[in-house]
Amino acid sequence: MSTTTVETSADVTERPTAGPAGGPGRGKRGVVASLASHGVLIVASLIALFPIAWLVFLSLGPDKDDYLHPGRIWSKMTLDNYSFVLQNTNFFDWLKSSLIVSLGTTVIGVMIAATTGYAVSRMRFPAYRKFMWVLLVTQMFPVAVLMVPMYQILSDLQLIDTYLGLILVYCSTAVPYCAWLLKGYFDTIPFEIDEAGRVDGLSPFGTFARLILPLAKPGLAVAAFYSFITAFGEVAFATTFLLDDEKYTLAVGLQSFVSEHDAQRNLMAATAVLIAIPVSAFFYLVQKNLVTGLTAGGTKG
Amino acid sequence: MTVAIDRATGKRRGDAPRPGLGQRLKHGYQKHWYAYVMIAPVVVVLGVLVLYPLGYGMYLTLTDANSLNTGRTIGVNEIEATYKFIGLDNYADILWGETAYDRFWSHFIWTIVWTAACVALHYTIGLGLALLLNQKLRGRTFYRLILVLPWAVPTFVTVFGWRFMLSDGGIINSALESLHLPTPLWLEDTFWQRFAAIMVNTWCGVPFMMVSLLGGLQSIDSTLYEAAEMDGANAWQRFRHVTLPGLRSVSSTVVLLGIIWTFNQFAVIFLLFGTTAPDAQILVTWAYYLGFGQQPRDFAQSAAYGILLLAILIVFTSFYRRWLNRNEQQLAI
Repeated sequence: MSTTTVETSADVTERPTAGPAGGPGRGKRGVVASLASHGVLIVASLIALFPIAWLVFLSLGPDKDDYLHPGRIWSKMTLDNYSFVLQNTNFFDWLKSSLIVSLGTTVIGVMIAATTGYAVSRMRFPAYRKFMWVLLVTQMFPVAVLMVPMYQILSDLQLIDTYLGLILVYCSTAVPYCAWLLKGYFDTIPFEIDEAGRVDGLSPFGTFARLILPLAKPGLAVAAFYSFITAFGEVAFATTFLLDDEKYTLAVGLQSFVSEHDAQRNLMAATAVLIAIPVSAFFYLVQKNLVTGLTAGGTKG
Repeated sequence: MTVAIDRATGKRRGDAPRPGLGQRLKHGYQKHWYAYVMIAPVVVVLGVLVLYPLGYGMYLTLTDANSLNTGRTIGVNEIEATYKFIGLDNYADILWGETAYDRFWSHFIWTIVWTAACVALHYTIGLGLALLLNQKLRGRTFYRLILVLPWAVPTFVTVFGWRFMLSDGGIINSALESLHLPTPLWLEDTFWQRFAAIMVNTWCGVPFMMVSLLGGLQSIDSTLYEAAEMDGANAWQRFRHVTLPGLRSVSSTVVLLGIIWTFNQFAVIFLLFGTTAPDAQILVTWAYYLGFGQQPRDFAQSAAYGILLLAILIVFTSFYRRWLNRNEQQLAI
């Protein structure tokens, strides 16, 4: 298992895969089976796509009650909702906060997680197992137990209502999983590379920064993606820790928007679509590496 | 595997007789100092922002703190904290107190049902789709891109989309009505609230399972399938005796993570119902409601719920690990 090397898993998307494909006995059933597969996959894709497509469709209807009469939208489609949201709300402030917080979490989180993952992957220091266990347990902390004390600590550190405070909070949730995942990924990189680096006189940090990190890009991409999504979509901490409505992240902003324009669901839909765009773009940038990185992380825990 | 890793630093362990404690500490420091430097940032962040709050939260559960008696600053006036230590009363009240069934046990049962149903659905559907995507099939990449969409779009966006669809007079009920089927009140009736919550969460969670399991499937050696076919195994037998064992290590990890995440799933239920549906709240959202969604805010009870949740998860995880290890499975932790 541990010899699932970087190369084999890197071209995983192109490889005609193992298993049911081919084989002499399977030619006859091929047409029916592949039709059935296509059928199931098309239905599943429609289910996956529909709620989002529906949201986009509704966002084009100009009236607040159009979601009750979707048929009428066809005849009067307009982008008015979008221009209203972009011009008359704090949308860009929220977007800025969201991007600062998410990218901050991504950068800091991945950096910390990478060193940690490397340390637990390569070095058998005492208490290493306990440390992995702690990383797993931090995944289990429910928001409720940490919220009040975190609030007090952050106000003691004067970090309430700042981006840095929120970034640190998100790191504490994103880093353990990323470290776990990266540990699995580093395990797939042959140790001979480390040895070669050490023989050539690199320090442990030099080996890590110059040899291992460039090789671990797919794993890093997954960790980055995970941190970004976690930070971007988080609701509970952002609601509690951000006070100034210009600093709201989009997740909080959308909620305040709902109560403010309670009946105007068309604007809400438009905002939701606008939010979805940057995230989906980011997602499809890293998705190529997603399967590779997750596999390595998954198989090795 | 764990043995070979040590070659990376050229260190071996466990051969020489153990020296004294002081020497061992010094030696350990010299040998592992870079490892400690590398994990130091995590230890600091987790220590300050997780372990310390956890300790403080545990202390709060032993008091009667709420938003009226904790220290706070209003303008220039500082108000001293006046809450006091009451021992284990909070826990006793939650578990055995009056109306404990309505406040804790009903939510507890619903949380278990919710977790089991969601994870089972995530896993089954995810595995099915992964198996389909793991064939030689035209448009495979295209399907995969669409199927991960629910993961790509943030939960708080998609949940709003679902609210449109589920609301009274929304598309789902219109469609059901045109088919002359009953139109349940998805967002108001308790049973249908729960049904809707599971449905939405399943929709959100399947892509993660699918992608992970697809990765696991692709790492299974194809010669195993050839050998099985050579031995006359049919499709089901190949699935049962090659695919499932090959997936076991991936499965054990993603199922554990899935259980933890679903158990603590905050966003879906919170955003779908807000605080309007007390019966559909799982323990996490219920604890949040106690601590932040009502007046006066009951910090102590909320934290006590949190600790109970954590305890349940830790106990469960320990058994899960032991159970895996008994079957000679490694979770690598």
